[in-house]
Amino acid sequence: MTEQFEDVVKELLIKEFRVDEATIAPEASFKELGLDSLDVVSFVMALEDRLGLEIPESDLEGVNTYGDALGLLERKVGSRA
Amino acid sequence: MSHRRRVVITGIGPVTPVGIGVDAFWSSLVAGRSGVGKLEGFDASAYASRIAAQVHDFQAEDFLEPAEVRRMERFAHLAVAAGRLAVADASLDLDEVPRERVGCVLGTGIGGISAFEQGVKVLAERGPSRISPHLVAQMIPNMAAGQIAMRLGITGPNDCTVTACAASGHAIARAVDLIRAGRADVVLAGGAESAITPLTVAGFCATRALSTRNDDPEGASRPFDAGRDGFVVGEGATVLVLEDAEGAAARGARIYAEIAGYGLSADAYHETAPHPDGEGGAAAMRAALADAELAPEHVGYINAHGTSTSLGDIAETRAIRGVFGTHADALAVSSTKSMTGHLIGAAGATEAAATALALVHGILPPTINLNEPDPECDLDYVPNVARETRVRAALSNSFGFGGHNASIALVTHG
Repeated sequence: MTEQFEDVVKELLIKEFRVDEATIAPEASFKELGLDSLDVVSFVMALEDRLGLEIPESDLEGVNTYGDALGLLERKVGSRA
Repeated sequence: MSHRRRVVITGIGPVTPVGIGVDAFWSSLVAGRSGVGKLEGFDASAYASRIAAQVHDFQAEDFLEPAEVRRMERFAHLAVAAGRLAVADASLDLDEVPRERVGCVLGTGIGGISAFEQGVKVLAERGPSRISPHLVAQMIPNMAAGQIAMRLGITGPNDCTVTACAASGHAIARAVDLIRAGRADVVLAGGAESAITPLTVAGFCATRALSTRNDDPEGASRPFDAGRDGFVVGEGATVLVLEDAEGAAARGARIYAEIAGYGLSADAYHETAPHPDGEGGAAAMRAALADAELAPEHVGYINAHGTSTSLGDIAETRAIRGVFGTHADALAVSSTKSMTGHLIGAAGATEAAATALALVHGILPPTINLNEPDPECDLDYVPNVARETRVRAALSNSFGFGGHNASIALVTHG
């Protein structure tokens, strides 16, 4: 399951957010991926759309890296299942 | 007696439907090449006007990082590109000048309207929670000036003029003031526009201001011609590097021309129609001459606002006759909008650039498509073919919806 949505997230970052694929790593911060605070809001909205989720602001506390984002999505998708 | 600082143009960055960069831009104008074609940005089949002057062969990635391209609207892409081209053309090394002494004044008529239109659609279809966090930063008209400062790292006065089709005329005026007052030594002045969008074109169509010569795009913008039927909506950006003349001389800069003065006025008449006798335009030209300490007979060329609308071209002709009297028959007038289309907020700077190049090269760009002059437009409009003529002083006129008028006086330097 993780791999499936990881593909979605990666493709979103590369195609929509023009992130250099080489910079995508679990420990990479949003800043290192080239996303500013507005981009992160936009990124979360796009994830909600693609994955059919709702991600409230409160869930985003402590989510600072690509790996954190995958972890959050795993929890969200897991709780939905 | 305190002496007034003089302002010179040392760099030109055009990103226009007739060319990107000074050489491409100027060679098109001299050759009388039209930049008008079929409107391509959206399906315009239901529109009365289906033609536009669009910037082709423009890759925003040539001037910006991919993430920056994504965050910005096209009018800001064009602006940053024009700014970078102008600075390069001026051979201005921004690491060699105090950045807080370098300002930017960028005009636009409309701003990031494309983001606005898309945002309205999302709001209607999906609600407020789906609006992009970038929307506000993309649509506000001042973002072109802001982005130039961010991308070039210039921290002097940064400003935006929003006076429709006169916006970049006002930007140049404001920049001249900043340099004269000693508030900046260098100002990037110009305009940017990219508003060939479904809503804006529909709005312009509704005013009946656009040409509907859809089967003959290159012949559609025909200022002063009896067959004209409106302007052609265009997009583009032009930035000029304006400098204090002493500073420019000290760094050995190549100088295109001096901006000797400007004049501003309001028609105080109608939202979209010009005063029939061109009183506002005449007042702006008179004020420009006075500010530049020029007599009417010094002026050899006027780059007209000349949009190709029925009322506007007649009013401007009357204004020129009113200001110049008998000398009106001795000077040359042309409208480069016949080639570039109407770049709205970028028109004034684009045309000031054309005027500066005309002074430098001793060549007056033509008014193309002028085959059968309107009897009420009876000046020498340099019809169809560029003309070799050395002039020492020229005016560049810009008049906007709302009745805003700007006239910029340029003189050869030296």
